[in-house]
Amino acid sequence: MGREVSESCIDSLLTEMVSTYCNRFYANKPELAARRIEAIGYQVGHQLSERYTMDRPRFSDHLEAIKFICKDFWSELFKKQIDNLKTNHRGTFVLQDNRFRWLTRMSIDQSPENGASEDTSIMADNKAVQSMHLYFPCGIIRGALSNLGIPCAVSADISNLPACSFVVRIKA
Amino acid sequence: MAPAAPRSGDAIFASVERVNAELFTLTYGAIVRQLLTDLEEVEEVNKQLDQMGYNIGIRLIDEFLAKSNVSRCVDFKETAEVIAKVGFKMFLGVTASVTNWDADGTCCSIVLEDNPLVDFVELPDTCQGLYYCNILSGVIRGALEMVSMKTEVTWIRDVLRGDDAYELQVKLLKQVPEEYPYKDDE
Repeated sequence: MGREVSESCIDSLLTEMVSTYCNRFYANKPELAARRIEAIGYQVGHQLSERYTMDRPRFSDHLEAIKFICKDFWSELFKKQIDNLKTNHRGTFVLQDNRFRWLTRMSIDQSPENGASEDTSIMADNKAVQSMHLYFPCGIIRGALSNLGIPCAVSADISNLPACSFVVRIKA
Repeated sequence: MAPAAPRSGDAIFASVERVNAELFTLTYGAIVRQLLTDLEEVEEVNKQLDQMGYNIGIRLIDEFLAKSNVSRCVDFKETAEVIAKVGFKMFLGVTASVTNWDADGTCCSIVLEDNPLVDFVELPDTCQGLYYCNILSGVIRGALEMVSMKTEVTWIRDVLRGDDAYELQVKLLKQVPEEYPYKDDE
């Protein structure tokens, strides 16, 4: 095992990075904040996949590369693998992490019985904050794959919290 | 119930959830790089990193107090030692040393020989003037402010600028007396 830091370090850094871009720099332009946060993730993913593939042979196809992301790459970052991988065999892959670590500490109340009507604005706020936090891991995956020569678009689906699905669409 | 005994930085670090330091280091690097692109002025980047650190510090102090069981420090000297030996260890996994005290014990240096923030980092010529690790000084300032100490934290030595270690000067400006919001008889 390489060097480690406490999980609070990365948690605090990510929270503060999202808040800096969303609340201080681009308070009224969430799409610009999102682009910056994604770009930071892209950079990190690009560099990490460079490091983690140093001693490997080239991947023979897209599926091999995606499997590497699901297994080795995810394990380095989260100490667990992606739990479920689906594909339509036409360039779309869905990577599901049943308990995505970066969302487990967030205060989320999605239960419908919980005073639905008056809390809609709070829920909408919550949703916006969560999705801001997802641009970073989406960027990481896109950066990692792009470093492996696979241009793609990555989005996240959190309709099944705490599970999180990352949808990778490879550009033809 | 007797208060729990203070725990060593090593013991806490061994017991907390830990993550791959490369992820942390590269994420920090990517943030600095993005800030340089967006803000253009190095001075402005220094300021933002310090602000980010401050915001982190004012939250991190709670976790520090909860996990370390550290009780009230008798003086600023003890405070500095606790930051160096327990604080740095439990979060970053490194220890720091405290030196260069001034005569009245309100200003000292915290010296880091090992600093996980800077693995893989080299500063290009265009970034002279950047305090790459400025987030750290902000964290210390923010955390101390939450325990009633106003401080000024400045970089004295920085390996990225050609020095032989990382040295942070921590100067106690003012100890704010604690005021309780409640009256004696409540």
